[in-house]
Amino acid sequence: MENLLNIFIKSIFVDNMIFAFFLGMCSFLAVSKSVKTAMGLGIAVIFVLLITIPVNFLMEKYLLKKGAMIWLGEGFADVDLSFLTFMVFIATIAAMTQLVEMFVEKFSPALYNSLGIFLPLIAVNCAILGGSLFMQEREYENVLEATVFGVGSGIGWLLAIVSIAAIREKLKYSNVPDPLKGLGITFILTGLMAIAFMGFMGIKL
Amino acid sequence: MDNQEKEPMFSAKNLKLLTEPFGINNPITVQVLGICSALAVTVKLKPAIVMALSVTIVTAFSNLAIAALRKYIPDRIRIIVQLVVIATMVILVDQLLKAYVFDVSKQLSVFVGLIITNCIIMGRLEAFAMANKPWPSFIDGIGNGAGYGLILVVVSFFRELLGSGTIYGYPVLEKLGIFNLGYESNGMVILPPMALIFVGLIIWFQRSRSKSLIEK
Repeated sequence: MENLLNIFIKSIFVDNMIFAFFLGMCSFLAVSKSVKTAMGLGIAVIFVLLITIPVNFLMEKYLLKKGAMIWLGEGFADVDLSFLTFMVFIATIAAMTQLVEMFVEKFSPALYNSLGIFLPLIAVNCAILGGSLFMQEREYENVLEATVFGVGSGIGWLLAIVSIAAIREKLKYSNVPDPLKGLGITFILTGLMAIAFMGFMGIKL
Repeated sequence: MDNQEKEPMFSAKNLKLLTEPFGINNPITVQVLGICSALAVTVKLKPAIVMALSVTIVTAFSNLAIAALRKYIPDRIRIIVQLVVIATMVILVDQLLKAYVFDVSKQLSVFVGLIITNCIIMGRLEAFAMANKPWPSFIDGIGNGAGYGLILVVVSFFRELLGSGTIYGYPVLEKLGIFNLGYESNGMVILPPMALIFVGLIIWFQRSRSKSLIEK
């Protein structure tokens, strides 16, 4: 239990997807103009991470790793498909986002309308593929740990995008030098926020 | 087809495709594509250069492949087709890096894989390759990859020089004897947040020079 809590806190604050690894920056910069849309995209990212990371964990464990296919029989003990990792992960992600989209559309039209165009775009958000690749690199032991990591990263991402959106909303009223307006100042702000987030470094429960 | 035969390989239009991404149409500072990987690999020059080359190769060849296939790809499933093409290129690049420059490949860790979701590549496929012939698409891919690489190299040059006092691993400042004068490397520059601030400064610099890019 303690271990899970540790992974959770760590993935939100210490290894924050945006402030420590810059993952999902494209949508982070493009969609952070208002808090409302930022919130929608953040929730969609949590949702998709929650589903894709455990699925990719199982893919990795029972299909890709060296000797992972042993459950098919002795003859498969030597098969090593790890070079197919990228292909399998991205296919899973694309398929899962499509499924999630159809599912949400059917069962919760209100949520579907608020997420709007963000859902399909998430397939190409680096935070999602990055989550799966980090999951593989850090070698989590079971599905539960991987899932907790996924949800934690998603929450961290939501936190980051909502806070930058709030700052940008206020920024409209400040006097920024012309060439720095828009993109430039957002970059510098994100950098400053990342420095603040570094205060969490080394936290261990 | 006729049109292509008449047009020289490096016509003015094609050259423009190659050079524009270096300046007024830079993928990072103007189109805001592919930031994710751009920032994480810029602590040292060497991984940045390897990353820039890999992205250029992947962009160029996936642009070429998609442009050649563009008439046969059904519209509804084009994203998946594009992802498969990109993933194939990235797997090739990843295997090559692992085979020939293993230490750099370890440093880049997940960021080689993340070339797949690098928005530059998807962005160029959607915006250019789906609507143009293979050869201009190929040039467009090289131009954008190199424009991306340019920013990577500039950022990592300054970060390496200020952060560790070296250029491409060569201890320049130490040889010049600057450390003896009491200068110390700024450890802060190596930390991830400074990459963002550096890109912000580059954008500031670029926009104060070409006023047309200023956002209203």
